[in-house]
Amino acid sequence: MIKSNLFVGLIRTLRGIGHDFSKRIWRLGAGARLFGLTLAYSGESFRRFHLTIREVYFTGVLSLIIILVSAFFVGMVLALQGYYTLQKYGSSESIGVLVALSLLRELGPVVTALLFAGRAGTAITAEIGLMKATEQLSAMEMMAVSPISRVIAPRFWAGVIAMPVLATLFSMVGILGGYLVAVPLIGVDAGAFWSQMQANVDWQFDILNGVIKSLVFGVACTMIALFEGYDAPPTAEGVSRATTRTVVTSSLAILGLDFVLTSFMISM
Amino acid sequence: MERTTIDLWVGIFVALGLAALLGLAMKVGNLTTGSIGETFTVTANFENIGGLKPRAPVKSAGVVVGRVADIKFDPATFEAVVSLNIDKRYHFPKDTFANIYTAGLLGEQYIGLEAGGDEASLVNGDKITQTQDAVVLEKMISQFLYNKAAEPAAESTSSNDSGSASTKSNNDALGANPLDAITEPVKP
Repeated sequence: MIKSNLFVGLIRTLRGIGHDFSKRIWRLGAGARLFGLTLAYSGESFRRFHLTIREVYFTGVLSLIIILVSAFFVGMVLALQGYYTLQKYGSSESIGVLVALSLLRELGPVVTALLFAGRAGTAITAEIGLMKATEQLSAMEMMAVSPISRVIAPRFWAGVIAMPVLATLFSMVGILGGYLVAVPLIGVDAGAFWSQMQANVDWQFDILNGVIKSLVFGVACTMIALFEGYDAPPTAEGVSRATTRTVVTSSLAILGLDFVLTSFMISM
Repeated sequence: MERTTIDLWVGIFVALGLAALLGLAMKVGNLTTGSIGETFTVTANFENIGGLKPRAPVKSAGVVVGRVADIKFDPATFEAVVSLNIDKRYHFPKDTFANIYTAGLLGEQYIGLEAGGDEASLVNGDKITQTQDAVVLEKMISQFLYNKAAEPAAESTSSNDSGSASTKSNNDALGANPLDAITEPVKP
């Protein structure tokens, strides 16, 4: 009797694992399919480009405050922490290089993408999830308006446009923050700060690769947010869970992709 | 909100992004200083290039006049073949001397060109014949220790074979002269 109970329990656990696994695979496939559809409907949505511009306003312009303030503080902290270590080796003039390279290569794209997922990604998921819950998407289909070209594609392209712009601004403002701490506050020579930075920061390997990273993060972040919203169960609980999943999945995807992209860029 | 207002804000946003990229390229990166216009290529052979890397600067009198384009190994002569891209505006004599220097004690390595007195100038595809290798710190230290060790060793060794003599005197040297001389002033 006990033996058969154990057996049934084992079977149930295995079935649970199998169900979970196949559901994840299904979601991955559905996400890829939505990505393909979004690209396919992009041409149609570009004919109403003002929709995309409107979304750039909501995801990009309204995210500026949080991005710029964080960038400023990240830059200042980098300069303080960097100075503390560098001065032990008597090379506190290299602080400009340290701040610029860490911002351009890593912190700019990654922190921007994480903040973007929290600020704009959740908004996208909640909006689309609610549109689905209140049957606005179905209503569009009834009127022969494709919700993908009207709702999904503009938001996708808005995210892809906004992310590199935000990441570039993040790096720029972060470097300014680092400059403010290093030069007026600590007293590093301003000339050494800029000239060492210019000598060691490469246009292609550092700046352009950072922009490429942020472009990839923009695609991943926006697509995850859109899919979670589009796939959310049409209930209040479903939308709230989808919003949570957007943040978790986006953050993990950003960090994972960052590792892959960095290893590619360094090996090239 | 009005569509025109949104358009304006998005326009400002994108313009800010482009301005930031431009600012990064000009002020932070080396897009302006790093790119050299028209160049010509010369090669130089070195027995040891140390830590020289492609894109390292080529300097003359401290001014950047070019960049290292490529570093290859020649299996026939067992030497490193370094190609240098030099700015077309500058002309160097045929007998220019190429050295590998280090910026600071632990800094990156670069190539220094010292002009000779020849009338003819280097042209594209020429080879710089007079070169000096990179200074390898380990080699210098071991040479220094060996020289220091050789002084007392010359007096004390009589019939020992050279191998054991050198190891013995090396140990002596480590215990006695050079390291003490280095460490003593540091102690208060």
